Amino acid sequence: MLSKRLITCLDVRDRNLAKSIKFANTKDIGDPVEKARQYYEDGVDEIVFYDITASRENRGIIIDIVEEVASQIFIPFSVGGGIRSVEDATRLRLAGAEKININSAAVLRKELISEIAHAIGSQSTILSMDIKQVEKTAAIPSGYEIVINGGATPTGIDGLEWAKQGEELGAGEFVVNSIDADGTKEGYELNLTRLIADMVSIPVIASGGAGNPEHLYEAYAEGHADGAVVASITHYGEYSCREIKDYLHGRGIKMRMNY
Amino acid sequence: MTDTITIIDYNAGNIRSVQRACSEIGAKASVTCDPAEIDEAGRIIFPGVGAAPSAMASVKETGVDAALTRAFEKGVPILGICIGAQIILDRSEEGDQICLGLIQGTTRRFNLTDKSLKIPHMGWNEVKLVRPHPLLNGIKGGDEFYFVHSYFPQPDNDEYVYAVTDYGIDFCSALGYRNLFATQFHPEKSGNLGLKLLERFTSWDGQSPDESVPGKGD
Repeated sequence: MLSKRLITCLDVRDRNLAKSIKFANTKDIGDPVEKARQYYEDGVDEIVFYDITASRENRGIIIDIVEEVASQIFIPFSVGGGIRSVEDATRLRLAGAEKININSAAVLRKELISEIAHAIGSQSTILSMDIKQVEKTAAIPSGYEIVINGGATPTGIDGLEWAKQGEELGAGEFVVNSIDADGTKEGYELNLTRLIADMVSIPVIASGGAGNPEHLYEAYAEGHADGAVVASITHYGEYSCREIKDYLHGRGIKMRMNY
Repeated sequence: MTDTITIIDYNAGNIRSVQRACSEIGAKASVTCDPAEIDEAGRIIFPGVGAAPSAMASVKETGVDAALTRAFEKGVPILGICIGAQIILDRSEEGDQICLGLIQGTTRRFNLTDKSLKIPHMGWNEVKLVRPHPLLNGIKGGDEFYFVHSYFPQPDNDEYVYAVTDYGIDFCSALGYRNLFATQFHPEKSGNLGLKLLERFTSWDGQSPDESVPGKGD
């Protein structure tokens, strides 16, 4: 059977990596290509690169980083941040990205999901959702609202409703990123992750809040996630991927252990 | 046999990742869809992503179909990957497509009773050997490779199945006949274990253990 995936997220700012705390402050953690190679050798199952400057400063994706990464790591990786068109997605695919993450641009124009899925295939089209817990209202019955622009802008869209639409429009995978949990290291938003994972029939990746390996166990076992994203706990050497996988394997989670 | 690998590009998507993986293991690789170049090839990788009908349309349009068949009949070592492991069979259930027929069999869609199993089958999964093959040397229990697919190859002759993978059913994840070997998984995306498989391919003499087996294709 499929293993659960351990995924790391590298926020790319210019040539440097950055790790955000609640998306607000960023600090550099080094060269993305070198870091990706380290993760690859440490046994990470997949890598997500976010161009965090793209959405905010209206810049394109740094194609050469993607090409360089693609010649260094031989596992799937995805790229997101500022992808607004089929052209953006196709260029990144050709540069070597296995999958494309779309987020804000899809919220602003949802047809983008089906256009990209048609061009590069559903299996390569990931819909990332930034979600914040709010008071339940008629417009947002689940109490989970989609936010965009790195968490700065509420949209009035219900998170569960958006997931339903995203799947219908052809997304092949979801990244569920809780803005409330992001950077806190207090654990994933399990309730939100499970609500979406149980509702859709495409893989769901939990993102935001990992503070220790047990949080990943919870994401798989209680959040019903197919994968979980780590950043802070591995970027600075607190845990290696090997240590996290050993722990999860010991708890009975099927992980890729030979690499 | 030359050491250069000819990667067939018939507009099937993951050519560059295959090329990069070849470069990582120090193998020279050229990319082409020109039948004349394929005729000269000493070693061929036949990759592919996408759908069987569009892949078959491309190989026919480019003349890759006939060139690949000639290479197979000449004994050139060939490695098929993903769609390249599917359209070498007689036909595919995807669009009920007639395929190349290099190995007798059908590419089937997952029809799983366990509805919690998602299609496409996407991610890392174990490749379990059912009989030895030079390209699978060294693969041991628990070794996982990367998959993305909704269909899988099913040769008519079980003797041509070299590895299976469990996804509700044990489906064929590696098959071979004579100088043709093919994997449903992506060695170029499967980390070190995948690179090792590609490395073994660079020195494979094109002999399969199935030579002695009287197959329907004989």
